[in-house]
Amino acid sequence: MSAPSLPDLAGHFGRFGGRFVPEALIKALDELDAAYRSAKQDPEFQARFQDLLLNYAGVPSLLYRATRLSERLGADIWLKREDLNHTGAHKVRNVLGQALLAKRMGKPRVIAETGAGQHGVASATAAALLDLECVVYMGEMDTERQALNVARMRMLGATVIPVTNGSRTLKDALNEALRDWVTTVDTTHYLLGTAAGPHPFPELVRDFVGGIGVEARAQCLDQIGRLPDAVAACVGGGSNAIGIFHAFVPDEGVRLYGFEAGGDGVETGRHAASITGGSVGVLHGNRTYLLQDEDGQTIESHSISAGLDYPGVGPEHSWLHDTGRAVYEPVTDAEAMAAFQLLCRTEGIIPAIESSHALAGAAKIAPRLREELGRTPTIVVNLSGRGDKDVHTAGAYFGILDQAETIVPGENT
Amino acid sequence: MSIATTFAKAKAENRSVLVGCMPAGFPTVDHSIEQMIAMHEAGCDVIEVELPYSDPVMDGPVIQKASDIALANGVRTRDTLKIIDAVASAGATVVLMTYWNPIEKYGVDAFARDLAAAGATGLITPDLIPDEAAEWIAASDAHKIDRTFLVAPSSTDERIAMTLENCRGFVYATALMGVTGARKSVSSQAPDLVARIRAVDPAIPVGVGLGVGNGEQAAEVAAFADGVIVGSALIRCVLEAEDRATGLANLRSLSAELAGGVRTRR
Repeated sequence: MSAPSLPDLAGHFGRFGGRFVPEALIKALDELDAAYRSAKQDPEFQARFQDLLLNYAGVPSLLYRATRLSERLGADIWLKREDLNHTGAHKVRNVLGQALLAKRMGKPRVIAETGAGQHGVASATAAALLDLECVVYMGEMDTERQALNVARMRMLGATVIPVTNGSRTLKDALNEALRDWVTTVDTTHYLLGTAAGPHPFPELVRDFVGGIGVEARAQCLDQIGRLPDAVAACVGGGSNAIGIFHAFVPDEGVRLYGFEAGGDGVETGRHAASITGGSVGVLHGNRTYLLQDEDGQTIESHSISAGLDYPGVGPEHSWLHDTGRAVYEPVTDAEAMAAFQLLCRTEGIIPAIESSHALAGAAKIAPRLREELGRTPTIVVNLSGRGDKDVHTAGAYFGILDQAETIVPGENT
Repeated sequence: MSIATTFAKAKAENRSVLVGCMPAGFPTVDHSIEQMIAMHEAGCDVIEVELPYSDPVMDGPVIQKASDIALANGVRTRDTLKIIDAVASAGATVVLMTYWNPIEKYGVDAFARDLAAAGATGLITPDLIPDEAAEWIAASDAHKIDRTFLVAPSSTDERIAMTLENCRGFVYATALMGVTGARKSVSSQAPDLVARIRAVDPAIPVGVGLGVGNGEQAAEVAAFADGVIVGSALIRCVLEAEDRATGLANLRSLSAELAGGVRTRR
């Protein structure tokens, strides 16, 4: 596999990726690309990034052996504890990297799109830390169902703009952020939240979150004494998954599994599984798998997990799927919620519902791998985020909220 | 009439070409045909049909809203081709503007073939840059469809030259850094951009879009551009009218006002 050399200079992963954006943005993308390439070679930039990760974000995250969960699943399960990072998810790595890049480019303002609000909160955090103006676009549907995250962003000094176009969700927030950027590109960096969008974003975001896999690989060798049989991650846009996959791509013995949000089931049409339930097209600046109708109009996605509720996926995942290097499968809402509860009860860890898709996926592949290998398989699961933000959703799902609590405006419904 | 002939004729008359934009199927298929024919009759030299798309990142709120209405009313890609056929049959010069994904989904070569058969002379691609357009360039050559790519004030001279090499018919100069929609005043960046285009290729007609909403602004742009592209202001005539008759009347009178503007050139 030659993944480390991809994408090519124009941002293509095979037939995927590239740049499908208005010409007005090309100069900014070229400048971003150049700034990123020079930052990558600059020891001072890298030192500053590593310092923030280590001393501010709490990285490297632990690789934790989940003994009781392992017993239940019949596999040796190791959790990459990204949920312990500052702001509670892997996303802090990306926003710190990009905010430093914005400073380096002399851009005083950053904009971001957000669905559930996690990337918005992370962006607002990095902007506060590095003294940048921050504007977050968020679908009106989402500002209503994620009122607490809206408040968090405002506390951190960001401006939250509810988007009332289209379906009023994440994809429309992304459209609006692109429209803002076309207008303000001289002073503004678009802090894109996942490893998708026009080149160089898929590559740049992958590299900023790529420490997850580099750390996990080294931790495996150190703590287990060998590489795992499989690595599992949830996939929406796919940044946490590409972050943990990338370092393992050359290790052919390590199976890579991406678990997409199957919603009510891919067969129902109500899902967010772009690879397993979509087809190839162009959306938000790159060619990739996406949910579209027969005319190429984007279809709205559905998932209990707001962070996976997106109709596209990063182009490198499309490429890993086509080449067969990674395997993508859907996990339904019900399967994810069962895994959510299982981790709570066996390990005392409340995972993000996003990450629960990866746990549910690990539970599915464990017996298969056991049979294939003839021994207990070792699986590293990227626990990409913590579940505090999902307590209301999960409480409502399991029917464990007291009457008074059910009227608290809170997380997604 | 081909795009080249349309621009040549206007040049001979010492005026600019008026390009009027309307989303296909807004608010319905039949009404959009009626609106486009009204625009043609009232003085729009070229009808730019916009294929409604779920995620129009280059468009401001007016075109987005009109596109959403068209899609909600069930317009399909094949309806857009029917609309083009009807408007071209009425004698208008028709170009299509579309985001890339609907074409890719239709099949690039099949789309070029059917677009030509419907009577469109060209295609404007707001989110397809020549760098990614190899398949489109081959298909549009095979079916003799003109190609209009965009240039922007932020485009480098190298990119302007590369883009012009790949355009045929006319080039779309976005007058400002932003999305579609009428503005209070004409962008000061537009004349400079047109001059930079002319410095590279003095022959290719330049259409200027973004921000033009009335006759006076059309005259201002006509002073330095070969074509004046108007969308949102025309669409608003229909979007904001109390009833259909008023909408059509406003559309005709604005088209006529703009047609006067491109003949005034100040």
